[in-house]
Amino acid sequence: MKLPIYLDYSATTPVDPRVAQKMCACLTPDGSFGNPASRSHAFGWEAEKLVDEARNNVAALIGADPKEIVWTSGATESDNLAIKGAAHFYQKQGRHIVTVKTEHKAVLDTCRQLEREGFEVTYLDVQSNGLIDLDAFEAAIRPDTVLASVMHVNNEIGVIQDIAAIGAICRERKVVFHVDGAQSAGKVPINLANLPVDLMSFSAHKIYGPKGIGALYVQRKPRIRLEAQMHGGGHERGLRSGTLATHQIVGMGEAFRIAGDEMATENERIRTLRDKLYGGLKDMEEVYVNGDFDRRIAGNLNISFNFVEGESLMMALKDVAVSSGSACTSASLEPSYVLRAIGRPDELAHSSLRFTLGRFTTEAEIDHVLSLVRGQVDRLRELSPLWDMYKDGIDLNSVEWVAH
Amino acid sequence: MAYSDKVIDHYERPRNVGTLDKDAVNVGTGMVGAPACGDVMRLQIQVNGEGVIEDAKFKTYGCGSAIASSSLLTEWVKGKTLDEARLIKNSQIADELALPPVKVHCSVLAEDAIKAAIADYQSKQGTG
Repeated sequence: MKLPIYLDYSATTPVDPRVAQKMCACLTPDGSFGNPASRSHAFGWEAEKLVDEARNNVAALIGADPKEIVWTSGATESDNLAIKGAAHFYQKQGRHIVTVKTEHKAVLDTCRQLEREGFEVTYLDVQSNGLIDLDAFEAAIRPDTVLASVMHVNNEIGVIQDIAAIGAICRERKVVFHVDGAQSAGKVPINLANLPVDLMSFSAHKIYGPKGIGALYVQRKPRIRLEAQMHGGGHERGLRSGTLATHQIVGMGEAFRIAGDEMATENERIRTLRDKLYGGLKDMEEVYVNGDFDRRIAGNLNISFNFVEGESLMMALKDVAVSSGSACTSASLEPSYVLRAIGRPDELAHSSLRFTLGRFTTEAEIDHVLSLVRGQVDRLRELSPLWDMYKDGIDLNSVEWVAH
Repeated sequence: MAYSDKVIDHYERPRNVGTLDKDAVNVGTGMVGAPACGDVMRLQIQVNGEGVIEDAKFKTYGCGSAIASSSLLTEWVKGKTLDEARLIKNSQIADELALPPVKVHCSVLAEDAIKAAIADYQSKQGTG
């Protein structure tokens, strides 16, 4: 077993070697290095053919028409293009947007920008399991609402929103519906041919493709209109100018093709490992799973070890790469806003770890991590005055803390 | 973020972890911080008849830098008089542990902890 162990697959994934091989063939003089927009020679035609194949592969995984795929630099750009693009195009019909407090910053910060431009945004609460209350969602829609944006799978707690039901509400109320699918593609079946979703953002590097490439699904029937955010040579039907990065696109296409072939068996394997990890931790005192356990992707376990601070626990797990909702891991010194939104007290947010498993996770790694986590949580609790107080039966909420 | 060797050393082998009898008249207890802020330090000192700190113990809930700051502090205060211990500045702790700016608050908390422990001890002497 190789150390350190990578259990942060929701942050990014390594490029699958099969993907890297295809990408490398698009770079060098004897490879397909041409500009896909070059119409006058074979170099361009060859690159265009590869881009078309990749577009087909991406479309196939998500049940879309290849003409509905727009290449971008990643999910952040896709979110920006979808939200700003739709808001700007449809603003004559209204300037109200509905989104959710647990969205990724790429959505939240884009909405903040639109607020500065005069749009109004409703940031919906979620329930304690991380899922949206559909009635609350419907109630948030106003006559001047033009756009709603809801993520499919949450990056921190891995919960899966019911985008079919949310989309149905949007259709009925004639609201453009954008879904951030950065964390769901390749992990959850997606069939956009049937889903009432108008715009959906995707990323390659979350599913064993390269960083720096993503896509936006833009529905054709009925056609969703967007105002371009990037102007230039009119690539991607004018929606996103810029020379197509053939090697990146080919990498994303191959990653999505592999995901389509292997998702079902891979999910099964990863779920078994994740359940083993949770099974080995759940009998410990004062551990809490954050977010709905059942309606979550196979590879995610977000768990709080009460009375132990997350960063110090990560420091103890120095051969294991995980992430934490603790304030100490961020520049802002604020604990995770997602854990706050599901109603976790700050101390549990500080005590949280996110394990995300993936394609290259092995059972031996999980066994190693399990014994390490159990031992280190015990060690740090012996060091924790809060654990002492808990053991003495003191209600920590009754203590007057000297906040700083 | 990389930790300094000294932080790692104190974190992996914390000195003077433990508990003194908080009700003893010669023990002062300082508890600072809050769970919601992500760090709580409990520092205890045992003071002899000459006003010298003869023992110190801590427990800390917090990041590695917070644990290291309190561990280092217990080493420093042992053998010092209360007046000497009171003069320890957070900047000395931050310098010794090479804390980055985002972690300086951990050393501030440690300074607050020793001041609180001394105040607790002295209030016991006043009333006792």
